[in-house]
Amino acid sequence: MITRLNHVSIFVLNQDSAYDFYVNKLGFKVHTDAPMGPGMRWLTVCPPDQPELELSLMSIDAGMMFTKESAEAMRKLVSAGTFGFGVFECNDLLATYEELKAKGVEFTKAPKQEFYGFEALFKDDSGNWFSLGQKAK
Amino acid sequence: MQGENYPKVYLYRRIVKAKLFIDANFADNIDLDHIADEAFFSKFHFIRLFKNTYAKTPHQYLTFVRIERSKLLLKEDRPVSEVCYAVGFDSISSFTGLFKRLVGQTPSAYQQIQHRKKEEIKTMPLKHIPNCFAEMKGWTQNSNFEEV
Repeated sequence: MITRLNHVSIFVLNQDSAYDFYVNKLGFKVHTDAPMGPGMRWLTVCPPDQPELELSLMSIDAGMMFTKESAEAMRKLVSAGTFGFGVFECNDLLATYEELKAKGVEFTKAPKQEFYGFEALFKDDSGNWFSLGQKAK
Repeated sequence: MQGENYPKVYLYRRIVKAKLFIDANFADNIDLDHIADEAFFSKFHFIRLFKNTYAKTPHQYLTFVRIERSKLLLKEDRPVSEVCYAVGFDSISSFTGLFKRLVGQTPSAYQQIQHRKKEEIKTMPLKHIPNCFAEMKGWTQNSNFEEV
């Protein structure tokens, strides 16, 4: 029986820039930052209230995981905003929206009350998009 | 409620501005009355709105930011006394007591544990990476990273 999810990969164009986005703008915490040899790094971050869920910020580089062609294709798809990686939750959507906007986060949808809940959409520095919802008060 | 036209947008912006002020100036001797004035709120109105938004009073949030920042500095192996003053506390005993109450261990104990973890990541990084990812990246083939 599967009980938990503890790692999720987010493919990013640049790990240094992703670190800045997820840690300094979103306020996530670094879980593991391990250099793995020249140009390679294992970098995971966690949402502040969810230290058991590691988001692995995976650099899209040619190597064992991607061929040169597939890395190029993947980078184009990510940049174009093809992938939505999940739904984040906050305590107060309007306040979080204002704060993240002040920090330069790009929103593709301002907070809106939908039939399924109150949500906004934002993009990370690579182009991956996320929904942001509000925890029921 | 849609777009930029949600009700009381100005209130949210003032509260967020106050929160960002604390984030940027936590190490200084912050006067929360002054922040309330800057945000054009009465002190009690400000505390109520802030707590309603962030589930902490401004003072609780300031303490939280200081403790979180101190954890980062302790991870850098900086002396406890230096960390205490660097994040805005003016007494080591109050810093240590508060840290222990909120984190569950003393700053020194926390630092030792983090130091051991950092050393382990340096010497045995594969212990901290799910094997499927390490294999995909080809890291398990690199003997330099194999656990001894």
